[in-house]
Amino acid sequence: METLINAVLLTLLAAITLAIVAQRSLFGVVILAGIYSLLMASVLIVLDAVDVAMTEASVGAGISTVVLLATLHLTKSREYPRPRTVVLPLFVSAVVGAALVWGTWGLPPFGTADAPIHKHTVPRYLAETIRETHVPNVVTSVLGDYRGYDTLGETTVIFTAGIGVMLLLRGRRRKQDGDERGEQP
Amino acid sequence: MRHDVILRIGVKLILPFILLFALYVHFHGEYGPGGGFQAGVITAGMVIVYAIIFGADAAKRVFPQSVVERLVPLGVLIYASAGLPAMLNDRSFLDYGVLAADPAGGHALGILIIETGVLITVASTMTAIFYAFAGRRRA
Repeated sequence: METLINAVLLTLLAAITLAIVAQRSLFGVVILAGIYSLLMASVLIVLDAVDVAMTEASVGAGISTVVLLATLHLTKSREYPRPRTVVLPLFVSAVVGAALVWGTWGLPPFGTADAPIHKHTVPRYLAETIRETHVPNVVTSVLGDYRGYDTLGETTVIFTAGIGVMLLLRGRRRKQDGDERGEQP
Repeated sequence: MRHDVILRIGVKLILPFILLFALYVHFHGEYGPGGGFQAGVITAGMVIVYAIIFGADAAKRVFPQSVVERLVPLGVLIYASAGLPAMLNDRSFLDYGVLAADPAGGHALGILIIETGVLITVASTMTAIFYAFAGRRRA
């Protein structure tokens, strides 16, 4: 059953990818990208990664779609005609794709419990999380406590990204319509 | 969407449940899937849905832009300051054990504090980015 669900979802993902490539209207591309994220979230649920599925559904299908639509409102919504030569981009994509597939041959089989990543620190986290943190969800205790520095770094990245967008978009607007500011006492 | 009654009433009904779900994802993150990041994105989603249906100006009256933009650094500050008590007690930064008499309880409290910091930064950053886009006019 799980194989069937995965096959259907992955086929749909491939179909949507091809549709995005063929689509000229950027509005259609944004909507298809939202559908892609929703399907990806379903794949992640099948993989039992509910945290990541939640993030993919809310950020990928939700907020990015809204922000991209807002961008389309500010810019043009049709793609420029594609460049004449597609040989070099196609070659680069094929080589990179082949290298990635070749790389997967070196990985342990999908879902094996004795893969190296599960042998290093994971047994200690699983055994000690209740005693050390009272938190039964190991994902939370690893993210927030054992790897607290990393999560602090991630939060700082989000902070920096937000400040960057605000500087870029708000700063120029104020310069453009200075009369709006002049009305305020 | 000024005249779309079904959307306006429907969204008004759904909004409190979205917020409740965000709080559930946040405070239940220690037991089930989710945590500060997911809760923050869902909270921002609530503000954005409100802004899409009722207009960005209505959303800015409820969640003022200046407040949202001040919350962006506040979350990071809350996160980082959760690690300071440990340093004052000669332990390493972000060692939450000193936050309560029982070390494990301190760790649980510390995780909740830093998740709250993540929630505040993520929710306000997403909302601020949306406000930044919504505030611009077509070039």
